[in-house]
Amino acid sequence: MIIMETTIGGIIYEPGSSAKTKTGDWRTFKPIFDNEKCKRCGICQKFCPEGIISINEQGAKANMDYCKGCGICAEECPFKAITMEVEKK
Amino acid sequence: MNEPENELLAPGHRTCAGCGPAIAIRQMLRATGKNVVICEATGCMEVTSTAYPETSWKVPWIHVLFENVSSVASGVKEALIKQGKDDVKVIALAGDGGMVDIGFRALSGAMERGHDVLFLCYDNEAYMNTGVQRSGATPFGAATTTSPAGTEIAGKQEWKKNVPFIAVAHGLKYVATASIAYPEDFQAKIKKALSIKGPKYLHVHCPCPVGWGCDGAKTIKYAKAAVETGLWALYEIEEGKLKLNTKPSELKPAEEYLRGQRRFKHLKEEDIKKIEKHAKQRFDHLLELENSEISLLKVL
Ligand SMILES: Cc1ncc(C[n+]2csc(CCOP(=O)(O)OP(=O)(O)O)c2C)c(N)n1
Ligand code: SF4
Ligand code: SF4
Ligand SMILES: [Mg+2]
Repeated sequence: MIIMETTIGGIIYEPGSSAKTKTGDWRTFKPIFDNEKCKRCGICQKFCPEGIISINEQGAKANMDYCKGCGICAEECPFKAITMEVEKK
Repeated sequence: MNEPENELLAPGHRTCAGCGPAIAIRQMLRATGKNVVICEATGCMEVTSTAYPETSWKVPWIHVLFENVSSVASGVKEALIKQGKDDVKVIALAGDGGMVDIGFRALSGAMERGHDVLFLCYDNEAYMNTGVQRSGATPFGAATTTSPAGTEIAGKQEWKKNVPFIAVAHGLKYVATASIAYPEDFQAKIKKALSIKGPKYLHVHCPCPVGWGCDGAKTIKYAKAAVETGLWALYEIEEGKLKLNTKPSELKPAEEYLRGQRRFKHLKEEDIKKIEKHAKQRFDHLLELENSEISLLKVL
């Protein structure tokens, strides 16, 4: 049996440490961003449950280390700049 | 502004793909900024955001029991005041089960005592973390594991408990409802609530694709359809005066929201009509309240 050592009160001293867990491998689908169509409006960013979409001069992109492939961004993009494809591993 | 490096909820949290409550928490933190302490009851967003020894939170956060988040938030606020940190905001955060049912006594007590806390319920309309049991906030007709659709009943047979109005009955100066499909509205309400001293209550509607049995890609679609059909209404009640924040000229047929959700799939034509009629009547009453001069606080 493995017993985990815990801090007093279960205090966690490292804010945001869940970033160590890469949830990207949960994915079945992946978003493909088309920079030609992207207007950099930021809508996909507002609705991403993971908070991992960044937008620069080229367009939007997701951090695939964490993307779970939910498809909300593709569904909400008003310019159809995102399509979901099956992830081949 | 919305770039990942400014995020106060780190990725790597264990919510299911397409989780509505995760969107609610992210949007909430965008509005609060860093100067806040979050007290959170047991529930999906607590469990998934703090898989020990990791945490997704980048602001001070404390997990307490399922039933007493509002009591703990009261204590945290009073302690901060004693330390001279009056400017630090405190939020008591819980799911619908944790806020409107099991933590209800603590919520009522804390609101009545008048602590300077924002009570925020993220409502995914059932006890999701333990496998979809009905709560007071589960809507009429929805099938859950404890309100199954079978030969005896067709899903839950009671209407959704109206906790925002119960909060008003405690004399609160600011009470509001919100939806993750309307982030600007939700965030403006958080900011306004936090600028007001005393207790305030906010209730945000957020779909759970797992518990509702719908496509995780459509989380925002369903959140929006709830508002457009009048099954969820966005309003603020300031000093007892109600103001509707979205007023569709005509409510969409309830079907547009109910269709595609497994929890409603057993509903018959007459059930749907009943739900639609209820939504329309409720919306008309809200409009009447908006147009009247009466402050709901006057009747207390
Ligand atoms: C007193 C008590 N009863 C039951 C539980 C088990 N429990 C943990 S989370 C949960 C459901 C939480 O539901 P809700 O507040 O709606 O949050 P959600 O999981 O839906 O986000 C339950 C019943 C508990 N932790 N404490
Ligand atoms: S929603 Fe579409 S157009 Fe807008 S930033 Fe995202 S990908 Fe670009
Ligand atoms: S069960 Fe629902 S609320 Fe809970 S993490 Fe999954 S999608 Fe989110
Ligand atoms: Mg719930």
